[in-house]
Formats: sequence, C-alpha cells, structure tokens
Amino acid sequence: MEKSFTIRDIRDGLTKGHFTAEEIFKKYSDKIKKENKKLNAYLSVFDQRDTNIQMHTNDTNMLFGVPSAIKDNMLIEGTIATAGSKILKNYISAYDATVIKKLRQSGVSFLGKTNLDEFAMGTSTENSAYGPTKNPHDLTRVPGGSSGGSAAAVAADLCVFALGSDTGGSVRQPASMCGVVGLKPTYGRVSRHGLIAMASSLDQIGPLTKNVYDSALVLNAICGQDVFDSTTVPRTVPDFTKDLNKEIKGLKVGVPKEFFGEGLDKEVKEKIEETISKLKNLGAEIIEISLPNFEYALATYYIIVPSEVSSNLARFDGIRYGHSSKDAKTLLNTYLESRSEGFGAEPKRRIMLGTYALSSGYYDAYYLKAQKVRALIKKDFDDAFKKVDVIVGPTAPHTAFKLGEKISDPLSLYMEDIYTVPVNLTGLPGISIPCGNGTISGMPIGFQIIGRSFDEETVLRVSYQLEQAMSDN
Amino acid sequence: MLTDKEVRHIAELARIKISAKEEKSLKKDLSSILEYINKLNEVDTTGVEPLYQTTGLVGSFRDDEPRGEFKMDENLNEKLIGQAPHSQNRFIKVKSVLSHK
Repeated sequence: MEKSFTIRDIRDGLTKGHFTAEEIFKKYSDKIKKENKKLNAYLSVFDQRDTNIQMHTNDTNMLFGVPSAIKDNMLIEGTIATAGSKILKNYISAYDATVIKKLRQSGVSFLGKTNLDEFAMGTSTENSAYGPTKNPHDLTRVPGGSSGGSAAAVAADLCVFALGSDTGGSVRQPASMCGVVGLKPTYGRVSRHGLIAMASSLDQIGPLTKNVYDSALVLNAICGQDVFDSTTVPRTVPDFTKDLNKEIKGLKVGVPKEFFGEGLDKEVKEKIEETISKLKNLGAEIIEISLPNFEYALATYYIIVPSEVSSNLARFDGIRYGHSSKDAKTLLNTYLESRSEGFGAEPKRRIMLGTYALSSGYYDAYYLKAQKVRALIKKDFDDAFKKVDVIVGPTAPHTAFKLGEKISDPLSLYMEDIYTVPVNLTGLPGISIPCGNGTISGMPIGFQIIGRSFDEETVLRVSYQLEQAMSDN
Repeated sequence: MLTDKEVRHIAELARIKISAKEEKSLKKDLSSILEYINKLNEVDTTGVEPLYQTTGLVGSFRDDEPRGEFKMDENLNEKLIGQAPHSQNRFIKVKSVLSHK
C-alpha cells in the first residue's frame, strides 16, 4: 500500500516542491473515484479544488493545501448536505458552518462529504439512507458510527484528515473501530453553527486524524468562541501542539473499575491493560477510581438525546425545505406524510421516544429524572478529577462487528456507546487512540483518554506520549 | 409495555404517520428501550439539582447586527425560499390553515 499522508507530510511535500496543492488534491480525488465504491465512505465528492481559499500559496499555515473530508451533517455553502437522510436528499447548504469557514481560512481543501448514520443517530453507519460504509480493515465489518464515513476515509487514506461530530461517541467509537485518532473536544470549545443538530446539549465537532499531532493541529484551527453559537465559551485558545513533547512522569491516571465489568470483550480488556502498563512505564501513576453512577449513563443518555431529537427534528415538516410528500392534501397531512416518507427507522424511534418522554405527565419521570442523574454522573467525574489528571479505559466494548449483526436490535447498538456517552453527558474532552489489534478478531482497538473540562492539552499530551511509546516498540 | 393506542398517540404527537407494520415494531422497540431506561428509578435523586448544560454560561449576548453575507437579494432568496417545495416569489406556499365550514 502507498504511504498514507499526514498533515506534516503534506506540508513537507508542498515546501519541498514534490507536489502543489492542486496536484495533491487531484491525487486524492482520483483515489476516491477508484476506491470509494467498495467502502461507501463518501456520499458526495467535489470535482475541483475549492477555489475559495483565502490564502496565498506561500502561506505558512500547517493546514494549507491539506485535503480533508467533512461529515455530511456540516454545511458547506452551495453543496448538498444530506445528514444521511432521505429527507434532505436535495438540500443545498445556504452558508458555511463556522468550522468550514475556519478551515477555509487555514487553507484546507475539501474533497467531499462523508457517510453517517441518519442525522448522526447510530453506532455502525448502517442507519444511513445511502447504504452502510464498510470498514477498510475488513469489508464485511462496520466502521462504527455515526462518523463511520469520516473514520473509514481517514483509515483508507482517502483524505488526510476528516471532521466528525460526537454526541455520544460518534467520533471516538468509529475512530476506535477503524484504527485512527478521534477527538471530542470539551462541549463549548468548537462552534456548532452549521452543524445539523441532533442533541444540542451534547453535540460537539471533532477531528479524525492519522496521529495525535494532526488532531492537535486541526483542533487549533477549528476551536474558539463564535457569536453564532452561544454555547461556545469565551476562553483564550492555547496552541494544542505546544506541550505534546512534555513527559508525563508523575501524572495521575485514573482507571475506573466500572469500565472493566461485564460486557467488555477479553481481547479489548487485554490491550487496554497492556496500554495502561505502558503509561506506567512512562512514569505515570496509575490509580484505581470509581464512578458509581456509570451504569446509569446510557439510560440517562437515551432520555436526553431522544428528547432533544424530537425537538430539533420538528423543523423537518415538508414546508420550508427537504422532502415534501406529493400525496398530502391538507396541511396536517403534509407534516404526517413528509415525515413518514422522509425519516428512516432510527430517527422515527428517537423522535417518538423523545415525544413520549416530554409529553404531558411524563416529563418529571423521564426528562427531569435524567437531568438529575446527569448531575450525579458529573459529580462522580468532578470527584475523580480531584484525585487524578486523566481517566482512561476502553473506547468501545469490542472491535468492529459484522455488517447486519446487530441492526435488528436497537438496544444492542446503543450499548456500543457505553464508555463514550458519560463523556458527552459531562461535557468533558475525550480521545480515542489506536492501541493495537485484537488477538481474536484482528481488528483495531481504541484506548480512550478523558480529561478535565477544557484540558484538551493534557489529553493530547498523554495521547502523544503513548503514541510515541507504542511506535518505539 | 406500551399499548397500541399509546403508540398511535405518540406518533400523532410527533407528526409521523406510521403503518400497521411500523406500529408493531415501534411498540416492541420503544417498550424495550423504555424498560431499559426505567433503571434510572433505582437512583435516589432527592435534593439533586438537574444539570441541563455543562458550560455554566448564562445569558450569552452578541451585538444585534445583520450578517454582511446575508444581504437580501435574488441570490439569497433562491438559496432560502427556493428550497421550499412550493413557493411564489419571496413567499413559501402552504396548504390552507383554516378550513371552510
């Protein structure tokens, strides 16, 4: 296989004159044309190099001329954004998402839009209305989800990096299953303006990259307060690459005992424990901790998410944009039939679940109860972070499963996110980095590192140090 | 277990028309998810304040200024109104809201 390009490789190639930005874009475009058919990672590709780059060719920005892939729930002006749904099949973005605007300013180019579970609802990309994405490591297996197209595109070198969105693990879990690096920044770090909303109190955009350094570089480019997302925080933004080289001797690493209970595959457990011992070798102090309410995180998540979904997806009504039923005779039927025809099974399930949880007489029992348990989960993490600097464990309970294996049982697919949802509920930053392949499945395994609120620097530093230690072996 | 009537009522509230087949599978799926969710009742939340958001930001303001790139012209009209399934000039057409008696 040809060498897979990192951001630094592109930078080097451009500076040394091995290729121009146009040439490297074309190289990737051609590769996508050849290889996308078997993977279905891209839903749409852009023919020509985007000319809207606001930079000069001699610019020193590390991201200049870097070809990227964007999850198809983020808006790029003038291009189709489907969110993986039939209901938005022909929807043309009216403006650039803030992350797109920022990447443009850095000189990044866009190869195309990547596949996802419909409205980012899923853990295998099988919920996409445009067919599942395949895992580049084994085409009979899922790439994870919902940012499965982005993860597969990075793993197969059909782009240099990609953006995904993570509501309950949708960047980290596919990164884990495809053997790439996936970062979910702290909630409020990256603007959601121009991201098609799923669950607004949890959604966060993050990079999928080939290594940790690239992850830091992309985060540098996309983060910061945005007046168009009132939940972004007014904080100065550090250079996330600056401290990657600092050693982690004496750093306190928490290992929650609850992460190693029932449901965790043996081959995953093995690798995670191996990786923890590597941290120990690097001089970190390993401390067992407890997150007593961990077992309630997933149930909490599946009240809050459907509730927010039922509200956010009310806008798809067949009136202003998106699919509109041709058969509807009355206004009410326009709503009923457009939504019936346009949404797939999972959005329907979640909209209805959320509608139920928020309906008269059930609000206290479900939504309010969930937000209270959410507070308890947050307190568990706050308490833990008084004793430790980062918390580590598996990203997902097992490696990539077979296509079709779980699709008939929604609850079993929900379980995929058991280790990642607590991080969204608490708003904390989390990353998944590859830590080897399973001894039984042979598939990639992800190691998750969770940090204090707005402490991506430590999360990235630990990741980088581990990555270096693993590549030395 | 949700009843058939409850499933139909939720679908109506959610403004989604469901087929008899969908009704059956939704009843099964929603009931099993709700059963799982009900494990939250094991948690004692007496005196716990709900956590609706994690940033702690309260009242984020910005200047109320028009966005330069959103100047109302034919181009923007096409971008926004042009995507409506039924439109006329700068207006979106909807079916009648009030019916004749």
